[in-house]
Amino acid sequence: MVDCRFYIQRSVPPVPPGSSVALAVHALRKTYGDVVAVDGLDLEVRTGECFGLLGPNGAGKTTTIEICEGLLVPDSGDVSVLGHTWLADRAELRERLGVQLQETQFAEKLTALETVRLFRSFYAAGRSPEEVVRLVQLEDKRNARVNTLSGGQKQRLSIACALVGDPDLLFLDEPTTGLDPQSRRQLWDIVDDFRRGGGTALLTTHYMDEAERLCDRVAIVDHGHIIALGTPRELILSLGAEQVVEFALKDGAQPSVEALGTLKGVRSVRGAGGTWTLEVGAAHEAVPALLAYIDRSQLGLTELRTHSPTLDDVFVSLTGRTLRDGA
Amino acid sequence: MARDTRHPVIELTLARFREFLREPEAVFWTFIFPILLATGLGIAFRSRPADHAKIAVLESPRAAAIEALLKQDSTLTIQILDDSAAARALRIGEVALLVVPAGGDSAEYRFDPARNEARTARLLVDRALQRAAGSVGAIPVRDSYISERGSRYIDFVVPGLLGMNIMGSSVWGIGFAIVDARRKRLLKRFVATPMRRPHYLLSFLLMRLTLMIIEVSVITAFAAFVFGVPLRGAIWQLAIVAIVSALAFGGIGLFIAARARTIEGASGLMNVVMLPMWVGSGVFFSASNFPNAIQPFIQALPLTAAVDAFRANMLQGGAWSAVGPELLILAVWFTIPFVAALKMFRWQ
Repeated sequence: MVDCRFYIQRSVPPVPPGSSVALAVHALRKTYGDVVAVDGLDLEVRTGECFGLLGPNGAGKTTTIEICEGLLVPDSGDVSVLGHTWLADRAELRERLGVQLQETQFAEKLTALETVRLFRSFYAAGRSPEEVVRLVQLEDKRNARVNTLSGGQKQRLSIACALVGDPDLLFLDEPTTGLDPQSRRQLWDIVDDFRRGGGTALLTTHYMDEAERLCDRVAIVDHGHIIALGTPRELILSLGAEQVVEFALKDGAQPSVEALGTLKGVRSVRGAGGTWTLEVGAAHEAVPALLAYIDRSQLGLTELRTHSPTLDDVFVSLTGRTLRDGA
Repeated sequence: MARDTRHPVIELTLARFREFLREPEAVFWTFIFPILLATGLGIAFRSRPADHAKIAVLESPRAAAIEALLKQDSTLTIQILDDSAAARALRIGEVALLVVPAGGDSAEYRFDPARNEARTARLLVDRALQRAAGSVGAIPVRDSYISERGSRYIDFVVPGLLGMNIMGSSVWGIGFAIVDARRKRLLKRFVATPMRRPHYLLSFLLMRLTLMIIEVSVITAFAAFVFGVPLRGAIWQLAIVAIVSALAFGGIGLFIAARARTIEGASGLMNVVMLPMWVGSGVFFSASNFPNAIQPFIQALPLTAAVDAFRANMLQGGAWSAVGPELLILAVWFTIPFVAALKMFRWQ
């Protein structure tokens, strides 16, 4: 079976390896008291690519991106942004970066257009506020006050403020957290549009579908360092599974892990919270074998699902936790 | 300059104004409240022909006779009360003094000597009773009354209200706006742009200055037209006093808001800073009422300086020897907090 989702969904061609480097991070470390937020993290984002930091809440994604944005100072490690360092070229970097932070609340009494115009005034060069407002599909809300905007509209306003300086490199910290599906798709389109214009983007997310949809390459972050790196497809293929089978048993009954492991086509077995997960080569072989086993063992089946493996499955196989669990 | 690329200070200041004008409560407190306060005080302390002293006579066989004697003085308002009613009236200040008829022609005055009007009542009552008993003054005297514009309470209190209003709107207006922006992480978002930090702080001062011009004009015009409060000094000097005051309190507002993370924290700090000035700076009564030992402290307060400078201009014609030193004090109060605020400002 071939997983063809990437070819259908992706609308921006991937960046070939060997392109110039937009952002390089080496041996980054940041602690807050006893808590190590970032623990020796290395990162390289190529010019023109969309790079995703994927990980659960508390993995150190926000700390990492805020260090790259020059908002936090690392305890140690090197950061080079567009060939510059924050120490030497802060003013120039600010002109060339677009930043969207988690949880910025804009002034409630200003309108969307007034807010974008205010941000435009900070940049020596940039795009016209009207054009950016149109780009993020807030045209009919341009004269609406910020406090009347929906969550998705506020988030698009936030991106508009990040885009109005016409940045070379765009940082997005959890851009779609808490948004409805339609708002998420609108945001993804905006990021695609930015990349079509040659822009580079670094985003953090704990949504695997977002990373798969937007990112050329993804780094999976856990406990402050990167545990896997590659294109979403490479990462998923690294599982060696074509399909994932999930099932649950009546009355929380326990199947035998050894028995499951010997079923035809099954490559790995995991159980958590009453749900059992099998990574399998071919679902049409593994599922009948599983059903036969359950029947033989006189266990009752309450749930059965199969799906193509996702980045979430990659994360689970690497850490034993799901992305939603938190660190 | 094209419309979409205005100078950041202008855009930031415009944003301040929009936020302010779209908050109806803020507009009310800034412009309407001082006028209501001035009206109230103007009515309460309006100049009357003569203040009536309210006194009581304790019910007794001679009470009616004493009342008749006292009625010869038209400035006394007299009532006859029994024991408990009299005690109550004295306690709540309904009467300033109680006359208790004693043996023979003698009488006892019961009053609180700490109260001005009680002491006045004591003199008036005593004069009326002594005169009725045949006493005459040892030397001839003559009264001539004056009621000059500029010496009434309303004349005293309007410059005080001007100073207090500039202080309150600067400290509150700047403090809350900055702490709110910090709490909403808007400051952090601004720092992630090329925005120059002094521009941000400057926008608050510019907004305060502009609003101050409106506030001072509204209050002064109202006081001058409705109560006839004099404007004896030059208007441009009044403007300088107002500008320097607004800058000083703007600097103090920025300083208070420099690090606070919560509205509650900032609010407490603002009250701590402003309370000594509400009490000590002579807005409602003369600051010279305070003991000499703390006068240097009181005179150094920015609100004392602002109020004294306003009074020197409006009531005394604005000699530079009177206004200048106050402006100097205010300039110091602008410079030190503003520089300190820039240095220690918490952007995220």
